[in-house]
Amino acid sequence: MTNTSSPLSNSLRSGPDDRGRFGIFGGRFVAETLMPLLLELDEAYRAVQADPEFRRELDYYLKDYVGRPSPLWFAQHLTEELGGAKVYFKREELNHTGSHKLNNVMGQILVARRMGKTRIVAETGAGQHGVATATVCALFGLKCTIYMGATDVERQKPNVFRMHLLGAEVKPVTAGAGTLKDAMNEAMRDWVANVADTYFLVGTVAGPHPYPEMVRDFQSVIGMEVKEQITQAEGRLPDVIVAAIGGGSNAMGIFHPFLDDASVRLIGVEAAGHGLDSGKTAASISRGRPGVLHGNRTYLLQDKHGQIEEAHSISAGLDYPGIGPEHSWLNDIGRAEYVGVTDEEALEAFQVCTRTEGIIPALECAHGLAHVMKIAPIMANDQIIVLNVSGRGDKDIFTVAHHLGVKL
Amino acid sequence: MSRIQTRFAALKKEGRGALIPYLQACDPDYDTSLELLRAMPAAGADLIEIGVPFSDPSADGPTIQAAALRGLKAGATLGRVLEMVRAFRESDSETPIVLMGYLNPIDSYGPAEFCFDAAQAGVDGIIVVDMPTEEADLLDAHAREAGLDIISLVAPTTSNSRLFHVLRDASGFVYYVSITGITGTNSASAEDLEQALPRIREATDLPVAVGFGISTPEQARTASRIGDAAVVASALIKTMASTLENDQATDRTVPAVLKQLEGLAAAVRA
Repeated sequence: MTNTSSPLSNSLRSGPDDRGRFGIFGGRFVAETLMPLLLELDEAYRAVQADPEFRRELDYYLKDYVGRPSPLWFAQHLTEELGGAKVYFKREELNHTGSHKLNNVMGQILVARRMGKTRIVAETGAGQHGVATATVCALFGLKCTIYMGATDVERQKPNVFRMHLLGAEVKPVTAGAGTLKDAMNEAMRDWVANVADTYFLVGTVAGPHPYPEMVRDFQSVIGMEVKEQITQAEGRLPDVIVAAIGGGSNAMGIFHPFLDDASVRLIGVEAAGHGLDSGKTAASISRGRPGVLHGNRTYLLQDKHGQIEEAHSISAGLDYPGIGPEHSWLNDIGRAEYVGVTDEEALEAFQVCTRTEGIIPALECAHGLAHVMKIAPIMANDQIIVLNVSGRGDKDIFTVAHHLGVKL
Repeated sequence: MSRIQTRFAALKKEGRGALIPYLQACDPDYDTSLELLRAMPAAGADLIEIGVPFSDPSADGPTIQAAALRGLKAGATLGRVLEMVRAFRESDSETPIVLMGYLNPIDSYGPAEFCFDAAQAGVDGIIVVDMPTEEADLLDAHAREAGLDIISLVAPTTSNSRLFHVLRDASGFVYYVSITGITGTNSASAEDLEQALPRIREATDLPVAVGFGISTPEQARTASRIGDAAVVASALIKTMASTLENDQATDRTVPAVLKQLEGLAAAVRA
């Protein structure tokens, strides 16, 4: 709930405030045309939060359609290979459509239906959010338009085809570098031009308030399940939670229920691309500074004049010059740490995961795994790491093959 | 009285609305856009809006997006835009200049420094597309101190009660985004405007400029009569773009835009 004076105000989980801010981050930086829609959405979201019927409806779909809860898997072979902390995988890649994205999409589509919207627009990077959105639109018979950067359309062909099969219109965006940032701009342009019937289904914990809060709430099911599952398996909370970050929805989903558990280290892994200091990176917190883009104040990759820079990552899902505002805040107050992993390290982790656990991870979470591979060996055997395996890697096999010099 | 107030008061006496042409700073290069800026008042511009190029203009259509990219390529920065205004003020101390852009370059420059420097350079008002009333405290006090008007935007989606909220502390003039959409795409009809303007005038005594989708002399005349001013942007930039070769200015560039501007001005004054 957005109430700064709530009895929980000592909690790190009580944000955002009434202006949609986490510290100095967040807010509602949109054109006036969209402002009334955000206020309307905020009102609709407060109404569903107070409605037990909405919760029942969402739980039904999460269980029987998404396939929740997702398992918490003890990655024994990987643990043995790394020779340190015990590594657990939160298996979000087992959700319907193959990633954590459906948790949020399922929640928002039920909100959109209650608001009487008949058309959905969304942005997508790797295509995971686009596929999830196209899926629920098929399920509920809603018109669906997905904006995807032309570069991403090229490197994520299987997901583009999936969206087509699901009945969505996929619009390639050629502006800029043709990646997620440009798709986001174009989705916002569509929304502003079609405000009457269209719902903008944002895929990550970014954008104007109330999106960062709402997406976080819908993704928090990940962390809540982990809390229960790890307590059952180990009788205690983990020492470290690791998740990869583009916009940051899978990370926020697994972090948020643990924010007040000070003993749990939270580590967000940004895509360092060719290296944090290479100039070709997507590490917004490590190499950016606060600014305003896409409706919120947050860490951004930008030049000294405030022009937004292109991000770079091998992973289309992390290829974004910003990050959710709550992550920016968690960084500044020191509650979560943010580190970088390069394309090369992620490719290596991708292969290790596949070989040791028989799980092909999305390149996004391979970044998280690469960091786990750095810290697990220097941790004690009785310590516990949970990695959010947020998506499966079938979509990435072409990219990986290309980088390994294999022709498919 | 500010330059903006003086200009609207004078036009009211003349019994006509204002024409506000738009150009994107440094599109296609600094010298050409300054030449155009300097020539605009004589061609019929009553006020002038200068677009500040931004990498991610999410409220703009393809025409202004392309113009922004050309401007950035030509080295546009907020500092360079202010330099352009200073150069313009050497020979014109009367035509009001309004900057239109997105928040991040201003945020990056520093809100207080920007307001001070902009006023010093001779800027009269600023329109920040992605800064709604709810976030305007970022600039409000600095702008007021510097004597800059923050031009409030209202849209067809702005409800009657919200109009009062948005326009409570408005100054300069009000910018009516006459369509729900991006720049340079659809146009509002005369009927749309006839319905919208009384709603807005209920909430403010300030002049109302109508923008987004105004391209023909006829549309400019209609908008400047139902409202108090017509903003023409994409249509002028389209003309400019059609004269470019490999994104570079040619001999035709400035004359072509000015000729179109004269046509628009004649319609507004007719």
